Amino acid sequence: MNTSLSWLKAYVPELSCTPQEFTDAMTLTGTKVEGYACMDADLDRIVVGKILQIAPHPDADKLIVCQVQVAKDGAPVQIVTGAKNVSEGDLVPVVLDGGRVAGGHDGKKTPGGIKIKKGKLRGVESCGMMCSIEELGSSKEMYPEAPEDGIYLFQKELYPNVQIGDDAVEVLGLRDVNFEFEITSNRVDCFSVLGIAREAAATFRKPFCPPKGRKTGKLGNASDEISVEILAPELCSRYVARVVKNIRLAPSPLWMQRRLASCGIRPINNIVDITNYVMEEYGQPMHAYDLDTIAGHKIVVRRAQDGEKFETLDGQVREVDSTMLMIADGEKAVGIAGIMGGENSKITDNVQTLLFEAACFDGTNIRLSGKKLGMRTEAQAKFEKGLDPNTTMEAINRACELIEELDAGDVVCGCVDVYPAKKEAWRVPFSYERTNQVLGTSIDKETMLSYFEMVDLAYDAATDEVIVPTWRGDVLSQADLDEEVARFYGYDKIPVTLPSGEAMTGKENMAHRVEDLGREVAEHYGFSEAMTYSFESPKVFDRLCLAPDDKLRQTVTISNPLGEDFSIMRTLPVNGILTSLSLNASRRNKNVRLYEMATIYLPKQLPLRELPDERRQFVLGFYGDGDFFEMKGVLEDFLRKAGLKAQITYDPAGGKTFLHPGRQAKVLYKGKEMGYLGELHPEVADNYDISERVYLAVLDLPEILPLATFDIQYEGIAKFPVVTRDLSILMKKEVLAGQVEEVIRKNAGALLEGCELFDVYEGAQIRPGYKSMAYSVRLQAKDHTLTEEEITDVMNRILKGLGKLGVELRS
Amino acid sequence: MKERLKAIQEACLAKIEQAGTLDALNEIRVEFLGKKGRLTEVLKSMKDVSPEERPKVGQMVNETRSKLEGRLEEVRAAFAKKIREEKMKAETIDVTLPAKRRESGHRHPNNVALREVERIFIGMGYEVVGGPEVEYDYYNFEALNIPANHPAKDEQDTFYITGDILLRTQTSSAQVHEMEKGRLPIRMISPGRVYRADEVDATHSPCFHQIEGLVIDKNITFSDLKGTLAEFAKELFGENTKVKFRPHHFPFTEPSAEMDVTCFKCGGKGCRFCKGSGWIEILGCGMVHPRVLEMSGIDPKAYTGFAFGVGLERIALLKYEIDDLRLLYENDVRFLKQF
Repeated sequence: MNTSLSWLKAYVPELSCTPQEFTDAMTLTGTKVEGYACMDADLDRIVVGKILQIAPHPDADKLIVCQVQVAKDGAPVQIVTGAKNVSEGDLVPVVLDGGRVAGGHDGKKTPGGIKIKKGKLRGVESCGMMCSIEELGSSKEMYPEAPEDGIYLFQKELYPNVQIGDDAVEVLGLRDVNFEFEITSNRVDCFSVLGIAREAAATFRKPFCPPKGRKTGKLGNASDEISVEILAPELCSRYVARVVKNIRLAPSPLWMQRRLASCGIRPINNIVDITNYVMEEYGQPMHAYDLDTIAGHKIVVRRAQDGEKFETLDGQVREVDSTMLMIADGEKAVGIAGIMGGENSKITDNVQTLLFEAACFDGTNIRLSGKKLGMRTEAQAKFEKGLDPNTTMEAINRACELIEELDAGDVVCGCVDVYPAKKEAWRVPFSYERTNQVLGTSIDKETMLSYFEMVDLAYDAATDEVIVPTWRGDVLSQADLDEEVARFYGYDKIPVTLPSGEAMTGKENMAHRVEDLGREVAEHYGFSEAMTYSFESPKVFDRLCLAPDDKLRQTVTISNPLGEDFSIMRTLPVNGILTSLSLNASRRNKNVRLYEMATIYLPKQLPLRELPDERRQFVLGFYGDGDFFEMKGVLEDFLRKAGLKAQITYDPAGGKTFLHPGRQAKVLYKGKEMGYLGELHPEVADNYDISERVYLAVLDLPEILPLATFDIQYEGIAKFPVVTRDLSILMKKEVLAGQVEEVIRKNAGALLEGCELFDVYEGAQIRPGYKSMAYSVRLQAKDHTLTEEEITDVMNRILKGLGKLGVELRS
Repeated sequence: MKERLKAIQEACLAKIEQAGTLDALNEIRVEFLGKKGRLTEVLKSMKDVSPEERPKVGQMVNETRSKLEGRLEEVRAAFAKKIREEKMKAETIDVTLPAKRRESGHRHPNNVALREVERIFIGMGYEVVGGPEVEYDYYNFEALNIPANHPAKDEQDTFYITGDILLRTQTSSAQVHEMEKGRLPIRMISPGRVYRADEVDATHSPCFHQIEGLVIDKNITFSDLKGTLAEFAKELFGENTKVKFRPHHFPFTEPSAEMDVTCFKCGGKGCRFCKGSGWIEILGCGMVHPRVLEMSGIDPKAYTGFAFGVGLERIALLKYEIDDLRLLYENDVRFLKQF
């Protein structure tokens, strides 16, 4: 919402403040000023001058030398110009030597303006410049009387009182400030100049003087000219029609043009300008129909028929449906209600009689219709917010008043008003004690009531109720009154305290702590934290080589996605990390390690009837230095630190299509799957354009969480010596280290202090299909020094156990 | 005998002074003090000395021995010191050669900021709780006083899964879950991912993060809201940070406000960063709307509360002067490395 200061002052005449003061004060009472522009910011020393004489330039065909009178008395100044549209006797804006203009002739503004200095043009002295409207920082759009190309001329008809030497900026209405407001959706009334003016008056404690309104109409009676019928009262709560005859189209007066321009609306003619003016002033959109095109002089407000085609006044044919509201006459549709009128009934230059419409349509319906039609008009934007039906009458009467004031036609007396259910003011019980209690203030009741009065909220002392005018749809309860008090008292004056009451201890839940541990461990190993989208394309599953019937293809699917790439909620956490690794690889970043605490979304059934299972997964990925076992080390370190102290085992039958079939494993803890890790399948690596080997690991945190603990119990450092026995063994290649270790662990039992694989060999010294491994087994008892017999016994048991796997001692 | 000892002593001392190496010193030790050394020879020849002279001679031999040993040790120590010094000199390294580091990983800026915010509120006695991202319409809208067809519902451009299941547009939904638990008083923050149908650009992302805060207790006032958030701003942006509360509108709070903080680049004087205003908008807040309390089963006559919502990306972008939101989702390590 944009408005000029001068327009606001029309209703708050005593308003007197700098633009910055206005901005700050309005923002603090809730009408946020987003910014302002002083239209004269870069205009300096610009006066009305009269061209006395024009002579050719001695050395340039395209230039002329003008003698311009720029003050009542004194000698004229000499100005050289290239403009072709000036003649002797013309009144023009002249920037004097040392003055400034806002921009160039091309309409491009220069920050800070352009300084104009005395100088010579092709050898002839020029003491200033005659200005075009663009150089003054505006445009022909806003000043339609300005010439297409050339110097702005003050026309006698438009400026009957202008004098040589007058401040040209003032004369042009440029000594003004344009404010841009951010209006919150609850304050529908403030999407109008009057609404903002009311707030400004209250903010600055100045009287608010809205247009008084007077009786209009000279001839006949509207009800003889037109009839109105509402067939869809659920979508149209009120429809007011008035008629104006003998239309006299002409440009609207400058003051109206200037005010419209300040709202960014281009002046067109008196009729169009009046409807726009009233729309801005009251926030009530209006429409004008050529009454002679309205069949049967009858307006019917009805729903459209499905498949109905309608040509709007912008010449486009649109298909409407029965959810949309149409304005029709006795035979045909003449407008899409609240959005745009029809080509068939629009005002043309030949209009004789017009029908003014001011109606109140259902905001939601207008919004949805506009969305469906892909249209967004000014009127629609206003209606969408849900207007007050009581404003329609004021607005239409104001329009007729302006018709008479501008002599744009002859207003017909009376109106046709169809208003089935009148909206009345309502009452809100008020307790000033409660307000103080909620705000933490001690404001007296009188002060609060004075705030209410400023914004036309009446108070009924007998019932302790506030009577709310119908335009304040946002005031429905005590809490809303609390806010009214707070904003006029000043949010800044409300005390600053901390909550009293019982002290509470801050908490972090276990899931949070485990995730944080994961972050620390990952970062320790050089992984940086990534953040990726939760939604992705279903094509990801193909990229990851998932089987067509894989359960993970069952997704939570967005019904209105931004596009296919953002259409499904991920069921696997790896695509984000792979995409990010791929991006890094394409930018030639070396040795990239990333991790993410990623949520996946697993539907419990499809179509979704209840919320999906949201699982946090700890996903790690890297390329560059490192291998499978390094990734394994990271996982183990994390699990250990999370308190999973028992043996972690690995099942090579990982079953992940996107991992290398010979280089992947499920991570098992006490037989339960905690996650998986592996090298990326080369085909998948190709799909992601990564030429290096990629290693991935995924841990399912909801599985880990119940096992995690940060409780630590100290165990005494063993006092008795550790005995080391090396075990050099030979076995078929298929036997896994994990199986060997399992046997060692089982048989050594509590005496096992640790065991380490220190050599694996396959090759010439070994028979084909076999490999040799060497373990260092460390034994220790907590309560005594192990005897030779005990040690031999354990080692024999281990060997026996290994024998069952077909493992033999290497001789 | 005395002369003999003196001669040995002098000969030995002379040799010691000439010895150039530790080995030479060792040889001298063997030659004079060793088992077959010259001084030991003297002791061996004690049998030729008269018994009454023996103690005296013995003493003389011992004195000579200790003198020679003393001198030998002195010279040896000096040699050893010299050798160590020479060795160390030879071992001098160029300390300006590059460090050997195993580069540790980096936290995502969003989470650096989040951690900071969590730390502040945990310190003030808040509990950190989570909430579902795929949510029922009821929790995201209706229970927050945004009924069907409310313009605010449209403004937020919601992603829908089904008619009444959606991707939450605000972490405020977590408020409702927390209130429904029926445990009062409440002091919680709930950080998490939210979704709105905004096309990706430098300042928009269809998914981003918010931190919701909720306090409900007896006698909670707007002044408590001001105090709490002013404290938060000081902790997050520095002791000299000032705050400004402006009236605003949210359907689930009344009165509602937006909070600005003094620009942390210029300290409030006005700069390019704060577009000359000296202030930066940081969060939305307000007193929990009585309707919202009521809907979640809390008696608004007995309890009041305040709520606030902070955009995490906004904080991260502001705090670290990141100029493009897209960088947060690219995960280029050259970007992540800086946090």
